Amino acid sequence: MNCLLLAAAPFAPVDQDYLFEARQMQALSFAVHIPIVCFGIAFPAFVLLLEGLWLRTGDPLYRTIAKRWSKVMLALFAVGVVTGTILSFELGLLWPNFMATFGEVFGLGFTLEAFSFFLEAIFIAIYVYGWDRLSPRGHFLSGIPVVVAGFMGSLMVITVNAWMNNPSGFTFEGGRVSDVRPIDALFGNDYLWHELVHMYVAGFIVAGFLTAAVYAFGWLRGRRGRYERVALVVPLTIAALAAPVQIVVGDWAARSVAREQPTKLAAFEGLYETEAGAPVHLGGWYDGDEIRYGIPLPRLLSLLSFHDPSARVEGLEEAPTDERPPVNVVRIAFQTMVGIGFVLAGISAFYVFVWLRRKRLPRSTWFYRAVVAAGPLSVVALIAGWVTTEVGRQPWVVYGQMRTEEAVTGASGVPVGYASLVLVYAGLLSAIVWILRRLARAPVEIQPGPSGVAPLAAGAARPDAEDPR
Amino acid sequence: MTLAEAPLVLMLVGLAAYAVLGGADFGAAFWQLGARGERGAQLREHAYRAMGPVWEANHVWLVFVLVICWTAYPEAFASIFSTLTVPLFVAVLGIVLRGTAYAVHAGTAREIERRAVDGVFSISSILTPFALGTAVGAIASGRVPVGNARGDLVTSWLNPTSLAVGVLAVATGTYLAAVYLAGDGARAGRGDLAVAFRRRALGAGVSTGAIALFALVIVRLDGGRVGERLLEWPALAAVAVSAVAGLVTLERVRRSRFESARYYSSAAVASIVVGWALAQRPELLPNLTVDEAAAGRPTMIATVVGIAVGAAILVPSLALLFGLVLRGRFDAADAEEEPTHEQRRSGERFRTWALALGAGVIGFGLTLVFDGGLGLAVGVVALLGFVAFGAVALVGEIAKADVAGTTEQPP
Repeated sequence: MNCLLLAAAPFAPVDQDYLFEARQMQALSFAVHIPIVCFGIAFPAFVLLLEGLWLRTGDPLYRTIAKRWSKVMLALFAVGVVTGTILSFELGLLWPNFMATFGEVFGLGFTLEAFSFFLEAIFIAIYVYGWDRLSPRGHFLSGIPVVVAGFMGSLMVITVNAWMNNPSGFTFEGGRVSDVRPIDALFGNDYLWHELVHMYVAGFIVAGFLTAAVYAFGWLRGRRGRYERVALVVPLTIAALAAPVQIVVGDWAARSVAREQPTKLAAFEGLYETEAGAPVHLGGWYDGDEIRYGIPLPRLLSLLSFHDPSARVEGLEEAPTDERPPVNVVRIAFQTMVGIGFVLAGISAFYVFVWLRRKRLPRSTWFYRAVVAAGPLSVVALIAGWVTTEVGRQPWVVYGQMRTEEAVTGASGVPVGYASLVLVYAGLLSAIVWILRRLARAPVEIQPGPSGVAPLAAGAARPDAEDPR
Repeated sequence: MTLAEAPLVLMLVGLAAYAVLGGADFGAAFWQLGARGERGAQLREHAYRAMGPVWEANHVWLVFVLVICWTAYPEAFASIFSTLTVPLFVAVLGIVLRGTAYAVHAGTAREIERRAVDGVFSISSILTPFALGTAVGAIASGRVPVGNARGDLVTSWLNPTSLAVGVLAVATGTYLAAVYLAGDGARAGRGDLAVAFRRRALGAGVSTGAIALFALVIVRLDGGRVGERLLEWPALAAVAVSAVAGLVTLERVRRSRFESARYYSSAAVASIVVGWALAQRPELLPNLTVDEAAAGRPTMIATVVGIAVGAAILVPSLALLFGLVLRGRFDAADAEEEPTHEQRRSGERFRTWALALGAGVIGFGLTLVFDGGLGLAVGVVALLGFVAFGAVALVGEIAKADVAGTTEQPP
């Protein structure tokens, strides 16, 4: 490392006319990737639960659903592989100074993530191609590493995001890091755990409600057979249990933000002046030093942030003007996330209550309409949550250490890249919708399991086309 | 090998694996291009089928190389990505289009859909290795200076060496794919496919050899330091190994010994990567040696240890996957035993409910009360346990009630 002085200059901040476009490009790639990640986290668990039910009961219906869903799982994983690859390329393409300066501090998280990615790819292939070819128990077991790898992958990626929000494990002077302690930086971070659990639970909520929404829609259209009922119940039940849990986890996350990133917390509410017993305003607009037209709920911010109704909450005034995030974006995103979270928990509570009291599914069509809406709403909440934490981190890329404009590339042509990316993603999304509709339209064939003689009907062969025969 | 070089060696292993396994995937798509009619459809299906189980894993190698690079040699990574923005962006768009086409190809039903999806798949499968090859050529010929986008945005990758390496990257892939597909055809008992790909493997082998020789000449003339050192010891040894392995592959393929040809052809391609690395050593980029580029000692140690631990899990898993594929376990369904169904006793069901309920009470309680420490940790784990046990209990109950038959009949 005798080139310290020589190399300090090459990664000095540059003039980039299109910083905003670069940020939008990264945000767009992320917004496309993250809902697919939810399926990577949760879908293998849904499929395994169904296969486990089949092993328990011998009822071929469960196996049929598990097998069909595992094909969707593989297709979505393939899409996740490529949308994730884009994100990793963009770190270098758009933010070279960030990578050059801090790569050695947080890079280990991604190195470990690559391994969980590998394991997920390997076992998802064994699982999906192993239907009818491995013993039932061996097949079930081959799915477990997929679930574990989904968790490990989230853990490793979140270590990096948590570090960006609450950086530690290094000394930063004159644009160079020294005394780097990568393990401390990634795993010795208080911030890691609430972000991880919040995202992991969100994975189950999003994948659960989106999948349930598909079958609830079918229910409203009159498709109410046993297949559809089981396919609705499994994801909906899991999401319904995860949704109330998420409220408690979110409360934990907010307390951590209040402690470590007071400016971000102030932006959640649009609190300008530091005060004890701070209120929350529902709705309204932040116009520079106060909330206009919001409905005030006295002392609620203090209560939520510190579990003490008269606690002192730092306002935006504590941070210099150029170190405050764009308040309205963060605030609206935060309120959207929280609002949707409560709606989802309400739907969940109703569902669980009806089942516990009446031992049956709700009959009201309004319930099924609500579940249909809950699918897209959960995605909105997911993205709003990430906007809250990532825009709330601005203007920093590494909180308090490196500003986003210091990280950006000096290459020209960012708008061209942005435009082509938008086009490619439009193609990608229409392709996903198209393939999912196709897979769903294939007729359902209940197979009695490996020992039974049930060759697929010719019409049902298409979704099996990638199977080696 | 020093600590500063250890992650680089692992990166090169990853790069060689990507050049071989990823390259073969790209190449398989090349052979689908222009395959028409009934026979073409068989060739296409054969290529998709061979790729199926290993496609995702093969492409994780690229991510593996990237993440090691930015952890262990962050300045080199940032310099490469900011200067080579154009080819790398093209490559990643190609990867997306390719992945999408792959994911949807199973859903194609009509000929026109199939053509469109296969077309996107094949073209992106040529574009991506070509773009990545031009980037390699740019690094090899010393056209990437250290710094944020300090190199020329266009001539860094649009030059003789880059173009030669780009073409070579496409060619090696098609050659590997033909050899592999011939072997897969023979294994699946499809003699006709084996013959078809044997012919292609011989043709591709000869032309790839010629392209490699031609590329060697161009790199010698245009490639600066690496060009000179490629024909000196020790890089020359790797080049020679590649040439010999290539010739042996041709001989094996000619005699229809596809399984050993698989390994010789892989060695021929992997040796090119090794030769490049040996010629480029010790400079990663102009005026940036590997030692200078390396991250601090704790990061390097953590990276090497992390990879070693990861590899201890990864290698057996990969061996399992490739073993299943190469032994043909995914080719045909085997007869198996009926699963043993244990009927759940009501006591067991009650236990799951009790666990869910207990975990819920503990989880909600502790998570709300504690700000950190053990209390919070227990609370959070209990919350996750609540979801898991609750789901198993509730879904089991609902499914049971469902079988008891309260509403509609099965379709």
